[in-house]
Amino acid sequence: MTSLLQVQEVSKRFGATVALDRLSLEVARGEFVALLGGSGSGKSTLLRLVAGFEVPDAGRILLDGADLVPLPPHARPVSMMFQSYALFPHLSVFDNVAYGLRREGVAAPEIARRVAEALEMVGLAGLESRRPHQLSGGQRQRVALVRSLVKRPPLLLLDEPLGALDASLRERTGFELRALQRATGAGFVMVTHDQAEALALADRVAVLEAGRLAQLGPPVALYERPATRFVATFLGAANVLEGRVTADGRLDCDAAGCTLRLAEPPGRPAGAAMAVALRPERIRLLPGGTMPAENAVAGTLRDLAYRGEAWIAVVAADAGQALRVSLPGDSAPPASGMRVLLGWAAESVVPLQD
Amino acid sequence: MRRFLLLAPAWLWLLAFVAAPVGILMAIALAEPGMGVPPFVPPLAWDAEGPRWQGTLLSFRILAEDRYYLEAFLRSLKVAFLSAGICLVLAYPMALGIQRARPAWRTPLLLLVLLPFWAGFLLRMGAWIGLLRDEGWINGVLHALGLVEAPLPMLYSDLALYLGMAHSYLPFAVLPLYAALSRLDPVLEAAAADLGARPFTVFRTVTLPLSLPGAAAGFLLVFIPAAGEFVIPELLGPPEAQLIGRVLWGEFFQNRDWPLASALAVALLAALILPIRLFQRLEARR
Repeated sequence: MTSLLQVQEVSKRFGATVALDRLSLEVARGEFVALLGGSGSGKSTLLRLVAGFEVPDAGRILLDGADLVPLPPHARPVSMMFQSYALFPHLSVFDNVAYGLRREGVAAPEIARRVAEALEMVGLAGLESRRPHQLSGGQRQRVALVRSLVKRPPLLLLDEPLGALDASLRERTGFELRALQRATGAGFVMVTHDQAEALALADRVAVLEAGRLAQLGPPVALYERPATRFVATFLGAANVLEGRVTADGRLDCDAAGCTLRLAEPPGRPAGAAMAVALRPERIRLLPGGTMPAENAVAGTLRDLAYRGEAWIAVVAADAGQALRVSLPGDSAPPASGMRVLLGWAAESVVPLQD
Repeated sequence: MRRFLLLAPAWLWLLAFVAAPVGILMAIALAEPGMGVPPFVPPLAWDAEGPRWQGTLLSFRILAEDRYYLEAFLRSLKVAFLSAGICLVLAYPMALGIQRARPAWRTPLLLLVLLPFWAGFLLRMGAWIGLLRDEGWINGVLHALGLVEAPLPMLYSDLALYLGMAHSYLPFAVLPLYAALSRLDPVLEAAAADLGARPFTVFRTVTLPLSLPGAAAGFLLVFIPAAGEFVIPELLGPPEAQLIGRVLWGEFFQNRDWPLASALAVALLAALILPIRLFQRLEARR
């Protein structure tokens, strides 16, 4: 079976800026894919290319195997939910949601039925005659979502759908978004710069860096096994340690002043350079005393930030490198300037490709 | 207190150049015409017993009873309405074109819209006379081409009148429309297209309704001065159809009936307040 959406070797530049560089991506039917990246990573450009607001310089975009590129936005079966919601200020909630159905020439009773059903689904029944400016931010978000879903598009594009919401609303709305996606069976492609959002909602996460796909995979795989330095630091701000493979298959890391043992042999010849990622929350404080011969570092605690569920500490290793360490929030607060001994399991050391 | 001082110049200006003239106008409108200088009897007299009312509603009664004034009035409103409509129809594509132009082009294009203001008003009207009169440029060319035997009577017609009106007032319609279109968030048009609207449908259902306040402002900015316009109808328009500006001028300078002229001006003012209030209601509802 072919994928729902196939983005094949798509490039796009704006003047001298390369927004997308031969990017390929496939989305399966009913799949929820998050495009994660910083500003300028090309994630929004990709969305606009699929919606038809931009034309690719090269490459193909297929929906159900049919080429989308020659079609103008209004002729594409995909729908988009805009970051600013783009609700029509002069139309009521009902007319906003009915807008797409009217363009399809759906009969009035059928429109009334489907709009009512859609508003019911997101708990907005009774607000049909309100104007957008009479709604709260959360209500506007739902109207925008329902407006783009009421035509039952096979693929919905979402540009930072939770970005304009209060932090308190985000998690709940995220769950609702996911439930809605399951219920409709539509493919969702969501652009976000919020890694927690991407990891929580998506079936697969595509991390974009400078117009290229840095890594694509299910959230757990992406987090546990980042492939590159960029993905490791962008997702969860991992520590990256540079080392050199030793004759016995370990890794000498001069900058941190430690020897690393990996769960599996590095697969590179002795003397080869290699980088590994180490998650802050996988590092533990060791009780004082003798330092283990491997996977341990001695250092001084420099900075400390309380996050509620955890303490984020920056420890300067005696050899120089600073390490981010996450300590349980209920532990006794360490003090800045304290000498500490850090350790971690071999399984926590993730080799990086570059 | 500081607030008051800051606003004082504006209030003084309004008092001296808006409120006071309107007050004087009202007073003269209520006066009885007389033979002196100025040619009316003040409506309020002071003598030994104090103030004494000697005004009259005579002028307003004449306005209401004599169909001559009512017709001039209605004709003026019709000319103003049509002029504003013509300006709006011409201005909309211009404003849209400027707004859709590349950013670097917008300011020069707006300057072009304003360019006629740099040439003197009378000069421009004179140019129309030169173009439209029987021995003018247009008739000359038509005759030379053998298209007409006798010159086409174009000057002193409705055609010339509306040409002059549109030419003079067009920028007043373009600017508010352009401002309204520029304020429109382009993402709304993108959303409409995304929901399946073809370009013309996007325009009809999103762009046009959201630019209506700008269109209303442009219409009023033409309609209001056009209703009292005196010079253009006098120079270009048909002589038999008297407009309120011409009638007012005649009463004031030829008949020296200041009270009647003032009553006409007050009536015109009152008639123009109505569409302004309507516009404000429309704006407040949004």
